[in-house]
Amino acid sequence: MPGSTPRSAIEAAAALADAPAGRSLWSDAARRFRRNRAAVAGLALLVLVSLACVLLPLAWPHAFDDTDWNAMSQPPSLVGWHWFGTDDSGRDLLVRSMVGGRVSLTVGLLATLASCTLGVAWGAIAGFIGGRVDALMMRLVDMMYAVPYLLIAILLVTFLGRDFHLVVLTITAFSWMDMARVVRGQTLSLRNAEFVDAARAIGVPTGLIVLRHIVPNLMGVVVVYTTVTVPGVILTESVLSFLGLGIQEPMTSWGVLVRDGAAVMEASPWMLMFPAALLAVTLLALNFVGDGLRDALDPRER
Amino acid sequence: MWSFALRRALATLPTLLAVITVCYLLLHATPGGPFDGERVVSEAVLANLQAKYHLDKPLWQQYLLYLQALLQGDLGASFRYADWSVNELVAKALPVSLAVGATAMLLSLLLGVAAGILAALRQNTSVDHALMVLASAGHTLPSFVVGPLLVLVFAIGLRWFPAGGWSDFDPRYMVLPVALLVLINMATIARVMRGSLIEVLHSPFIRTAHAKGLPLRLVVIRHALKPALLPVVSLMGPLCISSITSALVTETVFSLPGLGRLIVNGAANRDYTLVLGLVVLITVIAVLLNLLVDLVYAWLDPKIRY
Repeated sequence: MPGSTPRSAIEAAAALADAPAGRSLWSDAARRFRRNRAAVAGLALLVLVSLACVLLPLAWPHAFDDTDWNAMSQPPSLVGWHWFGTDDSGRDLLVRSMVGGRVSLTVGLLATLASCTLGVAWGAIAGFIGGRVDALMMRLVDMMYAVPYLLIAILLVTFLGRDFHLVVLTITAFSWMDMARVVRGQTLSLRNAEFVDAARAIGVPTGLIVLRHIVPNLMGVVVVYTTVTVPGVILTESVLSFLGLGIQEPMTSWGVLVRDGAAVMEASPWMLMFPAALLAVTLLALNFVGDGLRDALDPRER
Repeated sequence: MWSFALRRALATLPTLLAVITVCYLLLHATPGGPFDGERVVSEAVLANLQAKYHLDKPLWQQYLLYLQALLQGDLGASFRYADWSVNELVAKALPVSLAVGATAMLLSLLLGVAAGILAALRQNTSVDHALMVLASAGHTLPSFVVGPLLVLVFAIGLRWFPAGGWSDFDPRYMVLPVALLVLINMATIARVMRGSLIEVLHSPFIRTAHAKGLPLRLVVIRHALKPALLPVVSLMGPLCISSITSALVTETVFSLPGLGRLIVNGAANRDYTLVLGLVVLITVIAVLLNLLVDLVYAWLDPKIRY
């Protein structure tokens, strides 16, 4: 766009658009989020669990694959630094739970990041181009919904082997459709919004419209759906591992630990209780945070 | 209605074909086919084997032959269980999964709808809150955590039911697996039912029904229930898909000899043909169930079948 007039016009328009709100969407949302006690508690818990998973194994006297032949299947006790007890080869459950948590959370983050990127790109392209391309792209999403994803995941794992990256990839492949749908819907309505028409009328190039007007308005739903995706992704990894098709020994994850615990729960119930509780608490906390963010960011709520 | 049904039915074909094709290609892309194992066989035997399984033909012909066999209901032979075809394994496992799954689905519909109605009519009372906390728990707690806990309490602790296994449709072996599935599904159904009934109860035609003096019971049963059930019907499609996931977990937790157990064991043993056959079969079932739900929904709500 040559000349300086349009540029300043854009800035004027942008300033005008921002002015009446008084505070930005984000500070407003942060205020709403802080007022939601369940969400704040969930966030605190998540930070606590993540910090413990990252830091505790560094400082703990046992390593996650250390076998202690003097303390096999020992119930939880403060003696000998086995607070969560040990498994049948004397490995400390607390440090295993933390290392397992690292894996579960890493898979959760990586797969969420990948699936949300894919979902946003897919939805935004479909919504912005519209027409036949949109119909075709969304048809594929519908198709993916009808397929029981866990079966395809099992198929992939059977054929290609059990590998950390493959687990992430498989989970990604079946968790991006919600995001794509939501982003497409939002893009579609934004494309026809008056302020986009206005921007177009004053000659803002398409690229700049997308960057300045579409993307910022998508951020809300993207953030909300990203947080909603995390627990689902962690759950999928755990289910795969629980079925014996995910992370492999000696590496571990919460799903693997629950599986191992369930196998010996009659003799050593702590083996099931601690990892199950950690997983359940983390999932609940993630859900609370997700609900809190949705309430804070959903424009329909105000 | 019929043209809508036909259109919807035809739309499922690409999905099915896509899944089957992708699965089939994956099977072929996998290194280490069934016949290049450790055993050294003579050239002639190998040629016979390859001819028998059409491995001497180009890939597209093999694929068409596979599709033809599928259309005739032949899912192929198991790669590990020497004397079994996939069909025979399925015939043994399917009734188990069906018995547990159908019982659970029926019960969770009944209980979920009842709980949803109760919570909606007692909105914002302690009954409502208690039911919804329970529903949130059932919604977020993973089935593979709740399952072992059920075993711990009711099988190992109280000794009311066996911890797992199967004995020729003996109901005692079905109680815990069905309970687990019901807990998971009921939570979702109750939440949706509560929300939609509350919404319906606020609409004008309900006010009219109240105004003409109908007792609450009749207002709910005659007027509010039918529209409020629509979202529950549309929920059944996704629920059927997620039930397949839960079935895999349930059958693993309680070691039931059903389809889920079969596929998980097959995957662990890398029984390619068995897994492929089962994935195709279960996907077909899932897609057909989805279609059925869509058709029922269109039948109930004329707005859908434009």
